Amino acid sequence: MTSTTTDIGASGAGGLRSWLQRYPFLPALVIVIALLALNGIFSPNSLSFRSITGLFSTYMALIMLAIAQTYVVSAGDIDLSAGATLSLVNVAIVVLMERWGGGAGAVLLALALGVLIGLACGLVNGIVVTALRLQAIVATFATSIFFTGLALYVMPVAGTPAPAIFWRTYGGRLLGVPFVFYVLAALALLLFLLSRTRIVTELLAVGDDQQAAYQTGLPVVAVRIKGYLLCGLFSALAAFCLTGDTASGDPLVGGKMTLYSVAAVVLGGSALAGGWTTVVGSLLGALTIGLVNSLVFFIGTPSEWQNFVQGLAILFVLMAGVLAGRRARA
Amino acid sequence: MNFVAAFFKQPLVIALVLIVALLALGESLSPGFASADQILRLLIVASLLGIVAAGQNVVILGGREGIDLSVGGVVSLSAIIAGNVMNGADGGILPAVLACLVAGAFFGLLNGLGVTLLRIPPLVMTLGMLGVLQGLLVVIRNGIPSGRAAPGLSAFVTQPLVLGIPGIIWLWIAIGLFMALMLNRTVFGHRIYAIGSNEHAAYMAGVPVRLMRVGLFMISGMFAAIAGLCLLGYSGSSFANVGEQYMLSSIIAVVFGGTSLAGGKGGYTGTMAGALLLVILQGILTTVNIDESGRQMVFGATLLLLMLFYGRGKAMRA
Repeated sequence: MTSTTTDIGASGAGGLRSWLQRYPFLPALVIVIALLALNGIFSPNSLSFRSITGLFSTYMALIMLAIAQTYVVSAGDIDLSAGATLSLVNVAIVVLMERWGGGAGAVLLALALGVLIGLACGLVNGIVVTALRLQAIVATFATSIFFTGLALYVMPVAGTPAPAIFWRTYGGRLLGVPFVFYVLAALALLLFLLSRTRIVTELLAVGDDQQAAYQTGLPVVAVRIKGYLLCGLFSALAAFCLTGDTASGDPLVGGKMTLYSVAAVVLGGSALAGGWTTVVGSLLGALTIGLVNSLVFFIGTPSEWQNFVQGLAILFVLMAGVLAGRRARA
Repeated sequence: MNFVAAFFKQPLVIALVLIVALLALGESLSPGFASADQILRLLIVASLLGIVAAGQNVVILGGREGIDLSVGGVVSLSAIIAGNVMNGADGGILPAVLACLVAGAFFGLLNGLGVTLLRIPPLVMTLGMLGVLQGLLVVIRNGIPSGRAAPGLSAFVTQPLVLGIPGIIWLWIAIGLFMALMLNRTVFGHRIYAIGSNEHAAYMAGVPVRLMRVGLFMISGMFAAIAGLCLLGYSGSSFANVGEQYMLSSIIAVVFGGTSLAGGKGGYTGTMAGALLLVILQGILTTVNIDESGRQMVFGATLLLLMLFYGRGKAMRA
């Protein structure tokens, strides 16, 4: 409703605004640093290298899922089946690894197939939402039910363990550095490479103004399908991290993670309406959720109150994220 | 010919045709599915969903990406509150109704204030509120027992009241009439469509847009609260997260009823048919003898198929 003025970098406040425009994840970064400091005050041990490693290995799956969600949100879409895709890939790779003997070759082959399954889920969503032109929220909810059914078919009850070589690698160290930091580095490289391609710009153009993007000659349907493919790919990567962390298969594990992935995207400073997103912010948003959860524990909240305080804290940072993001865009 | 085609493109007609088709399918798969008793049972389940969907419906009609993800949390909370206030005594029904309505209106008010004053997108605001409500449920559940439904309430939901039809179905019909009157015959109803189709124009025309939107979220909270109360009567006692299933299915019922998620277009009569359609589909899937995985796959695929009959988006044109 406010008029849009474009006076970038004129005064001091304008300087801050141009910073926010260039690095929209800054508010999320401030929140993460503040939460880290609070965690450190209430439990100094929580800032140890070991604890930080633990934080990343537990929340790497949510980080990946939040990034997955970011790509569809960029184009103004949403994917409520990301968690179900994660579940499906999780049970599929665990069953395949077990069936093929649990050796290194079996693990790699299963992971390759896992990526393909994630991409297939993304393709289904993309076709349903863009080619069939169904509304994203309800259509991806329907596909999530379908994917959950597939996951239940692959593994009817939770509990099949993943082979030791897989979770030992994920939870272990390589050349003295915890493996999860290699995952983080690889993720950073992947995100950097993606940011150099045209696809992210195209997604944002479609999300900003679909009609305008179409009229400038962008193949809008193809671009949005690519967004869903990226979402499927990162949901599969999220499943790998989750399997490394939990060391077992569970056909319903991802169901509750979908809404957290949406929350993480908003916490990071992206606009759910599309056209303005930041993957780094989503990574920080996922960490925010993890840090809020641990902080609520460290300040000694009685156990029955923990969920409530977590919910309240996340509601407040969600609001802060939306308000800060809007200030940056205004 | 054109008239006939237009007639069959109305969402309400589509839903009714699909309902009859599904009933016939159910009857052929398991004889007795479409018997009077079974249909009454389906109607009771559908009325619970339909009452939640009434609130969801007005929020969606109000536009600005209006959606209420917190309805499931309110349903669960209201079931617990009602169970504890009445605790098995008929005398406690009225206080329980009041307590539930206040709770539902309160959380609706919070949603509405977040959406209007802070301009948080409804999806985000109600998602955050859902987290708070789920936490609150854990707190309440640890402090007090889950409570029992009063016999009067159970009878209202499950036993025939007038003409052999349970009270809750009459309540649902009454809500349907109320919604139809409100949306089509009152200033308030017309203003809902006005802010849903063009918020700025409505504001210029003097519609108190913010007040309206807060009101819509409060209505949604109160309908969810009534549904929670009735759900307690249906199941006898409340259990963890009874309301969770209503979050997305209430949205699907609204969509199947022909209301556009973009707002400003649609109505409640279609939503009632949409809720019934959804419940019959689930009923068929529980009667046929397949395992859980197959049931979910068929359910998901059928939902997609049914969505193809409804408001598909426009193709891009230069």
